[in-house]
Amino acid sequence: MTEMSYRQALHDTLRAEMLRDESVFLLGEEIGIFEGSYKITAGLLQEFGPRRVRDTPISEEGFVGAAVGAAMLGLRPVVELMTINFSLLAIDQIVNHAAKIHAMFGGQAAVPMVIRTPGGGGQQLGATHSQNIEVYYAHVPGLKVVAPSTPADAKGLLTASIRDDDPVLVVENLALYNTKGDVPDGDHVTEIGTAAVTKEGTDLTVVAYSRAAAIALDVAHRLEDEHISVEVVDLRSLRPLDRETICASVRKTTRAVVIEDDWLSYGIGAEVAATIQEGAFYHLDAPVRRVAAAEVPLPYAKSLEHAALPHAGDLLAAIHETLDATGFAP
Amino acid sequence: MAVPQKRSGRTPRARAATAPASAPSVRPGAPKRRRSGAATPSGPSGPPAPGTDASGDTGTIPSVSSGLAAEPPQVLADYYRQMVLVRVFEQRAAEMYTRAKIGGYCHLNLGEEATVVGLMAALERTDYLFTTYREHGYALCRGIDPGRVMAELFGKATGVSGGWGGSMHLFDTDARLLGGYGIVGGQIPPATGAALAIAYRSDPGDEAEAVMCLMGDGTTNIGAFHESLNLAAIWNLPIVYVVVNNGLGMGTTVQAASGEPDLYRRGGAYRIPGVRVDGDDVIAVRDAARQALHSARAERQPMLVEAVSSRLRGHSVVDPARYRSPEDTERARRLDPVPTLRSHLIETGILDLAAVTKIEAEVEDVVTAAVTFADESPPPAVADLFAHAYATPVPNTPHRLPADALMVSEP
Repeated sequence: MTEMSYRQALHDTLRAEMLRDESVFLLGEEIGIFEGSYKITAGLLQEFGPRRVRDTPISEEGFVGAAVGAAMLGLRPVVELMTINFSLLAIDQIVNHAAKIHAMFGGQAAVPMVIRTPGGGGQQLGATHSQNIEVYYAHVPGLKVVAPSTPADAKGLLTASIRDDDPVLVVENLALYNTKGDVPDGDHVTEIGTAAVTKEGTDLTVVAYSRAAAIALDVAHRLEDEHISVEVVDLRSLRPLDRETICASVRKTTRAVVIEDDWLSYGIGAEVAATIQEGAFYHLDAPVRRVAAAEVPLPYAKSLEHAALPHAGDLLAAIHETLDATGFAP
Repeated sequence: MAVPQKRSGRTPRARAATAPASAPSVRPGAPKRRRSGAATPSGPSGPPAPGTDASGDTGTIPSVSSGLAAEPPQVLADYYRQMVLVRVFEQRAAEMYTRAKIGGYCHLNLGEEATVVGLMAALERTDYLFTTYREHGYALCRGIDPGRVMAELFGKATGVSGGWGGSMHLFDTDARLLGGYGIVGGQIPPATGAALAIAYRSDPGDEAEAVMCLMGDGTTNIGAFHESLNLAAIWNLPIVYVVVNNGLGMGTTVQAASGEPDLYRRGGAYRIPGVRVDGDDVIAVRDAARQALHSARAERQPMLVEAVSSRLRGHSVVDPARYRSPEDTERARRLDPVPTLRSHLIETGILDLAAVTKIEAEVEDVVTAAVTFADESPPPAVADLFAHAYATPVPNTPHRLPADALMVSEP
């Protein structure tokens, strides 16, 4: 194990996979000379050259689609989209092409490509640059969508994504890049499609992913002092979704709160709540509670932005209300 | 889905600021055509191509390319056979559509046979082809068994895409046909990426691989076209973009839709040379495409070829094309490349009537056999519904049919 930042884990993984496999190459805006808007690709152009670290013009539809075609011929492109907001400019290539080509052509072609992109608000970037729209992609069969919350999972999931023969969207988060954690040395692959129980508990399950999973873990540890035992399920993979791990946890704890950075309506949390309803209905002692962003385009002003996004205090309140409603006494 | 015509009374847009004063005029409603057969090169800063005016509607049966005279008879006979194959296959597809053997959308290559055959004759086996949804003929001329193409239209397990794609989504790895694409222009970025993969892995040369990316005239207006041409230009990719210009995007004319209706010039913004060629002239199309492919494979110079022809029928099988004037339809019939080449072959003595008739009869048999094969093939098994969910299997992949419970919760 080595302690490092989420950013470093991503960087080291890209480098390791490029060293391991000649067919892996990077493309995206400002990833070479500029070393990446968030410096994930720092130093890679110098090490690997412009053939394998390819700066693109501002043409998301063009270069995401080019990655689709390169992948069809057997290369393993890893695309960086500067933020997930810009993925909307490429959504036809992601949803209508990357996701469809394997099935639509009867399994004759695979599209082994990765799109890495950060989402998340809280940086005062305004309405168009603060979104969490991974649910758009998690909705689509043919895609895989992962959202690591720790440096270890950043390494494990990115490694798995690059080696996977399907298009995988790796959702990073602006607020996580500087967070630190222990990362396994050497080859470390996290299986796509599996959630993780990041803390065991008996009283209530919190289901989360990405930044919210880090918040959930922090809150769960804090509640230990109050003798409240919270179990945390980190989804890690949004498509496929590990429903069994979610429901197994809730069957044990009988209560569930879902937290996400995204808007509430039709979101990942809605899917999780529906899953719990089907898979753990008779074990529930309380309605499933959702904590999610206020449903407005995210404002710029600090006061408004802070109010709109979910924080640890919001999760704590929801947990307490859920426990209180069932007469829980620690 | 006929779009109301916008043609009546429409005049060409003023283009004084964007085109030289000598730019050819464009007559509304009539695709510009030329009859000389030779390709018209246009460099990035070159003058407007000569002979690109709208004088194609001469009122006489068009003369065929002088290039035909230089071709070995056997080559011409083979091209005629392929053109007849496309013609008969498409006519039979239309018939099968009306008999509900074929569902969904169905777009035919009728009227484009010379373009189809010429382009495919230029393509090497090692080249990759990305096409549009109007692609049955390309699959046939790429050498794919007509039975497997018809079976795909029928939605059968024996179809080229296993019944998953249908008319618009033909694919064959061995033939390097990397897809018909149903989204207008969706194929252009992936085709450009395929060319990137070639450049990534190999050096340019006379024998190098290249990509041909087909599109219709309407496609040159979408963003993906422009983004892709720009990428191909800055990255020096081995790709030839081919605009099959039949003058109509559904019911909208090129003149109504395109600020630069000389579509072969649209690569100029990216310094991609363009050529316009008579799409009814199989030899001219082949030679222009071959030359463009050579530039792509040997010099990594992306190219743009515009082949101008006519759509003999509506946009798709169900489109009666009421937006077309009787004169326009009559003109398309007159320019029909199949009877034109047939007449040429007979008049020049390359083939006699008996030989031509024999070819046609043989093709009829081939297409009849294709229909029989498609009809008798089994549909894909429902048990295989999730067979292609993912190329790399992962846990928790949903395998649920509509009425299945997601999970079971027991008290």
